[in-house]
Amino acid sequence: MSLASCAAPPVLQLQGLVKHYGRLRVSDDVWLDVAPGEIHALIGPNGAGKTTLIGQIAGEILSDSGRILLGGVDVTGERPHRRVHRGLARSFQITRLIGGFSALENVALCAQALDGSSFRFLAPVRRDAGLNATAIAALVETGLAERADIPAGRLSHGEKRQLELAMALVASPKLMVLDEPMAGLGKAETQAMIAVLRRLAGQAAILLVEHDMHAVFALADRISVLVEGRIIASGPPDAIRADTAVRAAYLGEEA
Amino acid sequence: MSTTLLLIQTLNGLQLGVLLFLIAAGLTLVFGVMDFINLAHGVQYMLGAYFLAAFAAATGSFALGLVLALGAALLCGVVLERLVLRHLYGRDHLDQVLATFGIILFLNEAVRALWGSAPLHVDIPEAMSGAVRLMPGLLYPFYRLVLIGAGLGVALLLYVLVAHTRIGMRVRAGASDAAMVSALGVNVGRLFTLVFGFGAMLAGFAGALAAPILSVEPGMGDNILILAFVVVVIGGIGSVRGAFVAALLVGLVDTLGRSFSTSLMRLAMDSSAAAQAGPALASMLVYVLMALVLAVRPRGLFPARAG
Amino acid sequence: MSASARHSLLPLLIGAGFVLVPLITGGDVYAVNLAIRIMCLAIAAIGLDLILGYGRLVSFGHAAFFGAGAYAVGILSTHGFTSAPLLIGAAILAGAALALPIGAVSLRTRGVYFIMITLAFGQMLFFTATSLSAYGGDDGLSLPARATFLGTDPFGSPLSFHYVVLALLALVYLGGRVLVASRFGRVLRAGGEDERRVIAAGFPITAYRLVAFVIAGGIAGLAGGLYAEFTEFVSPAYLSWQRSGEFIVMVVLGGTGSLHGAVLGAAGVVLLEEWLAEFTEHWRLIFGPLLVLAALAGRDGLARLLGRGKP
Repeated sequence: MSLASCAAPPVLQLQGLVKHYGRLRVSDDVWLDVAPGEIHALIGPNGAGKTTLIGQIAGEILSDSGRILLGGVDVTGERPHRRVHRGLARSFQITRLIGGFSALENVALCAQALDGSSFRFLAPVRRDAGLNATAIAALVETGLAERADIPAGRLSHGEKRQLELAMALVASPKLMVLDEPMAGLGKAETQAMIAVLRRLAGQAAILLVEHDMHAVFALADRISVLVEGRIIASGPPDAIRADTAVRAAYLGEEA
Repeated sequence: MSTTLLLIQTLNGLQLGVLLFLIAAGLTLVFGVMDFINLAHGVQYMLGAYFLAAFAAATGSFALGLVLALGAALLCGVVLERLVLRHLYGRDHLDQVLATFGIILFLNEAVRALWGSAPLHVDIPEAMSGAVRLMPGLLYPFYRLVLIGAGLGVALLLYVLVAHTRIGMRVRAGASDAAMVSALGVNVGRLFTLVFGFGAMLAGFAGALAAPILSVEPGMGDNILILAFVVVVIGGIGSVRGAFVAALLVGLVDTLGRSFSTSLMRLAMDSSAAAQAGPALASMLVYVLMALVLAVRPRGLFPARAG
Repeated sequence: MSASARHSLLPLLIGAGFVLVPLITGGDVYAVNLAIRIMCLAIAAIGLDLILGYGRLVSFGHAAFFGAGAYAVGILSTHGFTSAPLLIGAAILAGAALALPIGAVSLRTRGVYFIMITLAFGQMLFFTATSLSAYGGDDGLSLPARATFLGTDPFGSPLSFHYVVLALLALVYLGGRVLVASRFGRVLRAGGEDERRVIAAGFPITAYRLVAFVIAGGIAGLAGGLYAEFTEFVSPAYLSWQRSGEFIVMVVLGGTGSLHGAVLGAAGVVLLEEWLAEFTEHWRLIFGPLLVLAALAGRDGLARLLGRGKP
């Protein structure tokens, strides 16, 4: 990491986040920083609390205690849509697209959210050249430009994942939280996705939740390991690979 | 306002609350277990009243009529579930609304075609006629006391059934997570039919109990259905306990509101204005109550579903 | 015929049909009155389609806003107001003004809760209307006179009434199409498909839904005001939940999410009722099961036949 990026405040800071469901502590004092431009992978076994943590970051799940800072600003109590305006974009583990909209319209919808008021009732939005141009640019970046006019519901699984990414990207976010973007992808599609993410890394920091270890070690600048709601290790890939606690708790090896 | 009047109206409120609970109990379970909106639940109440009127007249016995009416109500519920409703589980709520709305139109009209539009009269059974002196100067019809007692008895029975039996456990589990129950290998189809038929029978029971004191007429279930909805919303979908608390609350607020709002309004304005504003306010009270509960607890007082 | 051709051709055919009704029937009062009734209800159904069809929110209190518009006209008329723009404006305002608080509370909830709560609020207004003893209470209220406009009598004859309502229907329909195709409409439509996605995209979806709910309420108010002028009578029955159900039936049978479908649905329901009623007074014995069949068969069946529109 360069000196300049170290000087800027982290794009995301989680400070002692806690979430209970009944007596179960799903997030247990989570501390995590994502630096500008960094790809920070969050890994952990199933049930470690990754999805809950994403929900807390996005604002869909309110935390019981702790703070969440986006670009140095405390957003702990803010509603999800406000956080988008502060530069947070997310993708979903199970793709959530507007199936009846074309790929282009899905992306344009996201562009629209950050392009002034949407309480505009007259001009036909489909012919909004500005929104469409922004949307096309995002589709080009994710390699989906040729499928722009296809209804999202009819795209292949891999294309849907690309579309999710384009929808996150079009907002020019400071931080993208990607929930298992490789899930269900074939080998070639995974390679393509890795290439796309690597290219995007310069534009936004990425918090990458992923099970595909090959992808994680290929992409991540830093890795944090979440086990039973706690971060048990955090550091560069090589250090994580060598960490005995991680190997024991997560990779299932004897320490 | 005298203490006697207050007591009488409180008993009347309890009576409405008990009827509402009998209707809402089935409704809330059907909502909770099947995520199904059943507008036709009110006509089950109406059918119960008509069945009682018909069977009591045919057999000459209220008790026998009641037993037959309960059986017929149960049968109706099961037939309706098997024939139509089970095909709509898991479908869009709009489909369920459309179909059950159609059922309401059909059954209301069928009742009108069979028995005519004029209200039917049902006699209070001889053994339960007359009034009871509850305290000096306070006479209350015995039948209404029996009604309240029967309703509370069923509520207790239902509580034991839902809280302490295997089938009740499945129903409760279904209300909080139907997919899980199905995954555990419970025959969800049979469970649904059971819950639905039982709910229909409870609503029919309410209708049968109400038959001697309210007018038995086509469409009598329509308005009480919406009050039952209010009960379900306040109590929390899927919660029998919530339905019980909310039913009594709604029954009392509605009844007491109607009898005392005008005199209360007189404290704040002149009597002719109060005579106008009182009834208007009274008819709005339960809905205002619902709005207030929702403002504080959008999932009702006793939400059955977590998260 | 392609979908887009149907989408532009069918509304034109429907419009032409309404234009021609008085001409074809030679101004037959029964036929023209039937057409007026259909058009009034169609306006309300278009309003409902905005929230139910595009926003996918099953509002079961639409008749309350319809009735609010009717009562606004009825009450103002009894106080001697006759200006048509004033009365109709008041009707729109009444529907929208009631929709605002009701929407604000109801939209906090989802699914079956939303259905039941809109139903309950509708019922609350129904009972409020029955307790308006100064304005007829249960019995309703007859209008002393019909509205006038600049010395003319737009609602005076069935013929001029017909074309005034037709013009308003066309206006509401076209306005609805513009709205659905706008930035606002896109957010509303997307929210109907996947609320979480739209929030994650950065939209406070409830605010958009509330605005749509209020617009729908205003449109229903307009329809109710016109209906009051048409029948020269207002009663609590206008706000009954059965009428709310009828509006839903119209939108659904015509095909949700196509505004001309709402018009067709209104025509279909009214004509079917009229037709069935000729055979038996118990026509609901046939109509009810038809609804059940429509629901079982997949409610968009009829709509698919007629050509489902897209904005």
